[in-house]
Amino acid sequence: MLLEVTNLTKEFAGASGTIRALDDVSLSVDAGQLLAVRGPSGCGKTTLLLTVGGLLQPNGGTVHLDGHDPYRLPPDGRAGFRARNVGFVFQQFHLVPYLSVLENVLAPALAGAADGLPERAWELVRYLHLEDRAYHLPAKLSTGERQRTAVARAMLRSPRLLLADEPTGNLDGDSAQAVLTCLAEFAKRGGAVILATHDDRAACYASKEARMDAGRISWR
Amino acid sequence: MTIWRLVLKEALHRKLNFVLGLVSVAAAAGCLIGALMLLDAHDLRTRQILQEKERQTQQILQEDERRTRQSMAELEDAIRKAMLGLGFNIVILPKEQKLDEWYADSNSTSCMPEQYVERLRRSKIITVQHLLPILQAKVRWEEKKRSIILVGTRGEIPGIGAKRPMVQPVAEGEIVLGYELHDSLGLKVADKLKLNGREFAVRECYAMRGNKDDITAWIDLATAQEMLGRKGWINAILALECECAWADLGKVREEIARILPETQVIERGSEALARAEARRKVAEAAAAAMARVAEEGKAELVREENNRGQLRAERERLASILVPLVMLASAALVAVLALSNARERRGEIGILRAIGVRSRKVLLLFLSKAVVVGVGGGAIGCIAGYFAGRYLGAGLDHAGARAAFEPIYAGLALGVAPVLAAVASWIPAMLASQQEPAVILREE
Repeated sequence: MLLEVTNLTKEFAGASGTIRALDDVSLSVDAGQLLAVRGPSGCGKTTLLLTVGGLLQPNGGTVHLDGHDPYRLPPDGRAGFRARNVGFVFQQFHLVPYLSVLENVLAPALAGAADGLPERAWELVRYLHLEDRAYHLPAKLSTGERQRTAVARAMLRSPRLLLADEPTGNLDGDSAQAVLTCLAEFAKRGGAVILATHDDRAACYASKEARMDAGRISWR
Repeated sequence: MTIWRLVLKEALHRKLNFVLGLVSVAAAAGCLIGALMLLDAHDLRTRQILQEKERQTQQILQEDERRTRQSMAELEDAIRKAMLGLGFNIVILPKEQKLDEWYADSNSTSCMPEQYVERLRRSKIITVQHLLPILQAKVRWEEKKRSIILVGTRGEIPGIGAKRPMVQPVAEGEIVLGYELHDSLGLKVADKLKLNGREFAVRECYAMRGNKDDITAWIDLATAQEMLGRKGWINAILALECECAWADLGKVREEIARILPETQVIERGSEALARAEARRKVAEAAAAAMARVAEEGKAELVREENNRGQLRAERERLASILVPLVMLASAALVAVLALSNARERRGEIGILRAIGVRSRKVLLLFLSKAVVVGVGGGAIGCIAGYFAGRYLGAGLDHAGARAAFEPIYAGLALGVAPVLAAVASWIPAMLASQQEPAVILREE
C-alpha cells in the first residue's frame, strides 16, 4: 500500500473549547488509485490533506507514505520528504504572482535541484495546454489556466502522492473537467491522488470514495 | 529557478517596497559618505588655509627683511657721515703723555716720531682703517691776541684699507678754522690771515660743533712742525676703527701696543661708539622685529590650526550623532518594509514551504532581498553622498571633491549598507521563515 493512514486524530484549540477536526481517521490508498473525499465545508477535508501531506502534525495516529512516517523526521527533513513525494493543488491556486506560468511550474526546483526539471516543466506546460501562456503572469490567466498551472507545478517532481483540495471549486465546467481528467491520468500512470471535493463529477474519476462528516470518515 | 531570480522578480513586482528600501538605505549610506567627505573637505581646506597663511607670513618676512636691509644700508651711510663729523674715535699718544693734560686743555707735552704712522701702516693692522697723524699744541695767536689749539695734519695715510679717506689733508699755506675762530674774527673762506708770522689762506670754516674744535685751527703738518720746532715729530695719531666700531677696544689697544710699544691708546669720540652701538641695537631690534613677525606668524598658524581643529571636532561630534541616527532610522524603515513584505507574501511563503522549500531557504530569500536593497541603496547613497559632500563641502570643485572622496568610502558604503539592510531585515525574515505553512494554507 502506498499510503497508510491509521487512527488519525487532529484537534485545534478554539474559542469555545477543543475542536476535533480529525477523529480516528484511517484510510489507505494504493498507487494508481484516486480517492475522492466528499463532505460539507468544515468537515475536516483540508485538515486531512494537510496532515497526510506532512504539513500538520497530528495529535494521534500515524501516516505512512511508501513505508515512511514523515512525522518522525525533523522539520527540514519533512520539507525534503514533501518535495520528493507529495504534490499539492489548492482551490485558491496559490501561484506566485510575480512568476510566469513556466516559472511557477518550476518553483519546486527551489526545494532542491534535480536533473531535467526545466524539460519536465515544458513537458507539463504542453501537456496542460499552457504553452501559449508560458511567459504570462498569473494575473493574466483565466481561473482554469491558473489551476492547470498549479496542477503542473504539483506534478513537476513526479510525486508519489498528489493531494488536491477542492481543485475545481472555482472553475467552470470545462476547466473542472480538464483538471479532473488530468488528476485521473496522474493516478493511471501510477500515482496516488486524494481529492477533497464537493464536485459530483469527481465520482466519475474516483476509484474509491469516502465521506467525511465532523472529522469522521465513512466509506461508500 | 534560483533565489536571486526570485528576489529580482519580486523586487520588480513590488516596486514601491523595493524603491522605498533603496531610498532608505541610500539615505543612510549617503549620510555616511557625505559626513566622511565633509570631514575630509574640512581637512583639505585646513591644509589650504594653513599653507596660504604660511605663504603670507613668509612674504611679510621677506618684505620686512628687504626693508630692514635697505634701512640698515641707509643707516650705515648716515653713521659713516656722522662719524666724519664727529672725528676719530681712537687716539694713539706717546706713552709718557699725561692724560690729564690731554683731556684738560688738549695740550700735548710729549711727542713720538712721525715714522710711527708708517710702522702702523706697514703692519697691515686690520682693525683700524683710517690713520691721521697730528701734531697738536695749545699756542698763543700773537696777531689776534688769543690762545688757540693748533693742529698740524697731513691727511690720512693711504694704504690702510679704507675705501675712501674721511679727512682731506690741509695743503701747505692753507688753514681750516673752527667756528669760534672764524666767527669771532669775521673770517671766511679764501680770506688771508697771519698766524705767528706765517701767512695762510682760509680753506674751510667749520660749523659749530660745541667742543674744542670750535677754537682749533688746522694747518699742514710740516708747517706745524716747523712752527712748533718739532720737525719729524707728532704727538698723536687719530685712528678710526671703521670695522670694529662696536668691537672690543681692548683688542685694538692690544694690537697697537704690539706694534707701537711706546704708545698708549685712548678712546675719543664716544658719540661715534654710541652711534655704532645704536646701529647695532637697530640691527638687533630689526632682527627681533623679524623674529617677532615670524613668531606671530607661527602663533597665528597654531591659532588657526587650533580653530580649525575645534571646528572639525564639532563637525565630527555632529556627524557621530547624526550618522548613527540616520542609520538607525533607515534600519527601522527597512525593517518595517521587510515586515510588510513578509506579510504581503504570506501565501507565497505557505506554498513554497508546502512544496518542500526549507525554512532556511525562505530566510535566505528575504535576506538576499535585503542584500540587493543594501547594495543598490549603498551604490545610490555613494553617488548621492559624493554630490552632497561636494555641494556642502564649502564649494569643493571637481578635483577637491575627488581628493576628499577616498575609494575606501565606496567600499565602506557598499559593505555597510548590505549589512545594515540584512540586520534590519533579520527579524522579519525569521518571522517569515518560521511561519507554519499549514496555518497559512488553511487561512488562505
